[in-house]
Order: sequence, then C-alpha cells, then structure tokens
Amino acid sequence: MSEENRKIAFICSKGDLDMVYPALVMGWAALGNGIDVTIFFTFWGMDMIRESRVDRLEVAPVANTSMKMSMMGVDTGNLGIPNIMGVLPGMTAFATKLMKDKMDGLEVPPVREYLEMLVDAGAELYACKMSVDMFELEMEDFIPGVIDIVTAGDFMDMTEDAQIVFI
Amino acid sequence: MSTKEIAGKTVQVNEEGFMTDPNEWDKDIAVAIANEEGIAELTDEHWTVIDYSRKVGLESGSAPTLRNITKGAGVPTKQLFGLFPKGPAKKVAKISGLGKPEGCV
Repeated sequence: MSEENRKIAFICSKGDLDMVYPALVMGWAALGNGIDVTIFFTFWGMDMIRESRVDRLEVAPVANTSMKMSMMGVDTGNLGIPNIMGVLPGMTAFATKLMKDKMDGLEVPPVREYLEMLVDAGAELYACKMSVDMFELEMEDFIPGVIDIVTAGDFMDMTEDAQIVFI
Repeated sequence: MSTKEIAGKTVQVNEEGFMTDPNEWDKDIAVAIANEEGIAELTDEHWTVIDYSRKVGLESGSAPTLRNITKGAGVPTKQLFGLFPKGPAKKVAKISGLGKPEGCV
C-alpha cells in the first residue's frame, strides 16, 4: 500500500431523493475500502444536511423521462408517467413513497442514517458558503457531522490530491 | 487461483489474496492475516466481528457487508472502523477467510 492514502471528494448539488444516494453509496464504499472521503454540499444538495429537510427529500415524476408507469406496478412496458399526471396533487409524494419502499426493501438506510454512518466512518462534511448565504442558513441549521461552512476556494485546497465527483 | 502458506498451512487464495475455501480457515490463520493487514493483535472486540462474519459467510456463501455487521453484530460503525482501520470491508472479509463482500451497503 502506498504511503499517501487515496482520496475522493463528492460535490452534492441536488436534493432530489434519487440524486442524493449516489454520493452516499459511493462514499460508503470508498470508506469501506480505506479511501478518505470529503463531501461538499452546495445549492440544492444542502437539503441533504439541513435538519429541516433531510427526512423530507422527495422525487418528482414530472419531467423525469426514466420514471415509467411500470414502476407503479402496472405492466405497461416503456410507457412513461405522463407529465400531466405528474402535476396532480400527491403524485410527488406517491413517487417518493414508492422509491423509499424500494430502498427499504434493499435495506438501504434513510439519508439521515446514511450520513451518520459516513461521518462515523470518517467522512468529512462541509457546507458551501455561497449557498449558505443564499439560503440564509447557519451551522445550527445542519445535522450533526457537518464540520464547517467553507468557500469554493477552501474546497479546492482541501481536495488537492483527491478525485472529485460532481453530482 | 493459487495457494499460499499462512500460519503454517497451505490454503487456496484468489488473485486479491482472499481465501476461496472458508473451510480451510482457522483462528491462527485469522491472526496471521490480521498481522499482514497491519492489525497487531485480535482483541475480543475483533473476534465479535470475525465470528459474526464467519457465521453469515458460511450461511449465505458471501461475506457480510459493513452495515450487515454493524446491525447484526451490534458493533457501532465508529468502532468497526476503529478495529479494522483503512478499509474494514475487505479486511474483515479477508481475516474471516471469506470472499469480498458482494453488497453495496
């Protein structure tokens, strides 16, 4: 094994339920393989670390071309969920519930618990300064485990030798 | 597939050094692999993890994932990463004489 540890950094910029999992899954795998993990949350990705939002992340069927009717248990092949249906009240909640149930079935932990696991395993979480200012947030708004609010420049310094994944 | 001598016994290993026949494993082998992996001594806490992984591995045919270990063996994540630093997923499986864990969580 080389002296310098491999490092990977994720930039999480999305808060949709389907877009928050990639960094969690890959980050956990990285930690399990002895790779250092840093996660930088920016823009909508801030929802992942906001105390008031982390348990309420959703996935919307509108304009989501990968979401098919068949996912709702109807055998309709490639037929998509029509956008006009997606705008009906409750459709986002419905799609979110479907996804959460699937994840549960695979024993994938909810986002809050996943982040706790990552932090316990040594991942470092940082919030983006510009987004924090834009959304008028403070450290108190974040879940435990978020180390600091940092600028984009700080992030660049921190991840000098890291592989960076933008999500 | 090749063989390797660990703790005075010849065992089958794959190209990444994981044992391929869990029945060839014994506690002396675990200690020897642990030393190779930079863990000087296996404490009772280590054995809790190894014994649980052996149980799951022999039943299911593949090494448990880290989350399976923390949930099943009741070892908190922080402790697991402390016991098997720098890559517990592979280290636990290797020391337990099992293949690489196959799940993602």
